[in-house]
Amino acid sequence: MYTEKVMDHFQHPRNVGEIENASGVGTVGNAKCGDIMRIYLDIDENQMIRDVKFKTFGCGAAVATSSMATELVKGKSVYDALQVTNKAVMEALDGLPPVKVHCSLLAEEAIHAALWDYAEKHGIKIEGLEKPKSDIHEGEEEEEEEY
Amino acid sequence: MKKLIYLDNAATTKTAPEVVDAMLPYFTEKFGNPSSVYSFASGNKEVISGQRDIIAGVLGAKSNEIYFTAGGSESDNWALKAAAEAYADKGNHIITTKIEHHAILHTAEYLEKRGFEVTYLNVDEDGKISLDELKSAIRPTTILISVMFANNEIGTIQPVREIGEIACEHGILFHTDAVQAFGQVPINVDECHIDMLSASGHKLNGPKGIGFLYIRKGVKIRSFVHGGAQERKRRAGTENVPGIVGLGAAVKRAASTMEERMEKESRLRDYLIGRVTQEIPYCRLNGHKTDRLPNNANFSFRFVEGESLLIMLDGKGICASSGSACTSGSLDPSHVLLAIGLPHEIAHGSLRLTLGGETTKEEIDYVVDSLKEIVATLRNMSPLYEDFLKKGKE
Repeated sequence: MYTEKVMDHFQHPRNVGEIENASGVGTVGNAKCGDIMRIYLDIDENQMIRDVKFKTFGCGAAVATSSMATELVKGKSVYDALQVTNKAVMEALDGLPPVKVHCSLLAEEAIHAALWDYAEKHGIKIEGLEKPKSDIHEGEEEEEEEY
Repeated sequence: MKKLIYLDNAATTKTAPEVVDAMLPYFTEKFGNPSSVYSFASGNKEVISGQRDIIAGVLGAKSNEIYFTAGGSESDNWALKAAAEAYADKGNHIITTKIEHHAILHTAEYLEKRGFEVTYLNVDEDGKISLDELKSAIRPTTILISVMFANNEIGTIQPVREIGEIACEHGILFHTDAVQAFGQVPINVDECHIDMLSASGHKLNGPKGIGFLYIRKGVKIRSFVHGGAQERKRRAGTENVPGIVGLGAAVKRAASTMEERMEKESRLRDYLIGRVTQEIPYCRLNGHKTDRLPNNANFSFRFVEGESLLIMLDGKGICASSGSACTSGSLDPSHVLLAIGLPHEIAHGSLRLTLGGETTKEEIDYVVDSLKEIVATLRNMSPLYEDFLKKGKE
C-alpha cells in the first residue's frame, strides 16, 4: 500500500528527536484521530534552518511525511521552508494512498506551526505565514448513499 | 528468507490440507449439479446432506436446520433482515450490542432506516453485556435479540446461555453471530436456547466463501435468495459443492481437535499475555481475562499507534491486526475498543494477536521480543511519550 520511499522513511526515519532550547517548536494534530506531529527548528541569526528534529505519533504515512518534511526544510531559509507544501512532501515520497493525504497536510502544518512559534518568540513577522490551526481535520469524503 | 509467523487467525485461517483434499474432486470429476437427475450428479445431493449432518451433529441441531450461505456476513444479513420482515406484524424492536461485527451493526442500521427500532446494549470494561440491561431493554414489541457469541477483536465470550434463557422466557427470537466462536469453543443450540446462529468456513481452517445459518425449526424466516429449490427454497442458487464439502471437512476436523486445541492455545495465549503485560510497560490487556476465546490476545500500548506497530511487525515477518483507525480507513478507532471505555488515543495503539493450531512457544517468544523492541522504538519517536516523561509519571 505504501511506496518504497514511504517505507524507507518509515523504517529509517530521518531527524527523529528533540532540540533543546529550540528556536521554534510546533505540535499539530490530535490523538483522537491518531496523528500528532511535533517539529523542532534550530534557526540561526540569518534565518537559516540549521537543524530540525521531529517526533510523531501516528501511522506509517504520518512518520514518513514528518521525516521527509524535515529533510526538505533542513538547511533552507525560513522563507524557503515556507514553500515546502504537502504536495512537495508527497511528491518526494512518490505519492501516498488517498486516505493518507491528510498526513502530508499535517506535516506542512507542523512546519508552519514551528515557524510561527519561532517568529513569535523572536518578535518577527514571516511574510506569507499564517497562524496555524492546531487541529487540521480535513473534510472527509462523503459516503455513497446505501440502499 | 525469514519465517512467516501468522498470528491473525481471527482474520482468516489456512485451509487445512485434508480439507483441500476433500474439496478437489468436486471441482473436477464430481462437478455435477446436485439438482440434476442422472446418477453421476445426483450423488452430490447426498454428499451435501452428509455435510449438513456433520454440522448439525456438532451443534446439537437437526440437519434440516442448517442452511448453507456464502459466509458469516451473509448469514448475519439473512438472520436480521429476514426475521425482522417475517415478524414485523408482532413488533418492530430489535436488541443487539455495541460491539457486534459490522455485518450486524450495518444491517441493524439498514433496518432502522426502514422503520425498525434498535437498542444497542452497552458492554462493561471487559466487553460483556449486562443481563439486567438486556432484561430492561425488552419491550412488548421486541422480536429479536442478536448478541455475538464471542467478539472478533477482544475475544470476550458473552453469557450466551443466560441470554438465550431470557429470550426464551419472553418468547423472543435469539440470534448469535458465532463466526469467531464456532469450532473454537463448544456450542449447543438447545442448551443455549439459540434460534439462529451464523458461522463461517474460513475461520476454522475451511475455505472462504462458504458458511451457514442455523435456523431452528419453527422459526418463521423469509427466503433470502429467490430462485430454485436449493436450501429448502430459502436460499436459491446451485450449491457451492466444493465449498460445502470443504466446510464439512473443516467442521469435522475442528470438532475432533477442539479439546486439544483449546487446551494448547489457551496455555500459549496466557503465556503470551503474561510476558507482554509483565515485560512491556504502559500496556493493558483488552477483553475478559478468562471468558475469552482460547486463541485471542488483544493489547493496548500507550503512546504508540497501531498501524505503525503492524508495519514494523510485518518487517519482522509477523502478521497481526489492530483496531487503529488507520487500519480501517476511517478516522475513528475500533467501535469495540471505544465501547469498552478506552480513550481514543489508547484505542489507536491496539494490537490483536490470534493464535492457530500450529502456533509454537518459540514463535510467541520471538513475537514478544520483537514487540518489546518495536514498542520502545515507536515510543522513542512519540511526542505523547515525550510529554508523559516530562510531566512526570502519573
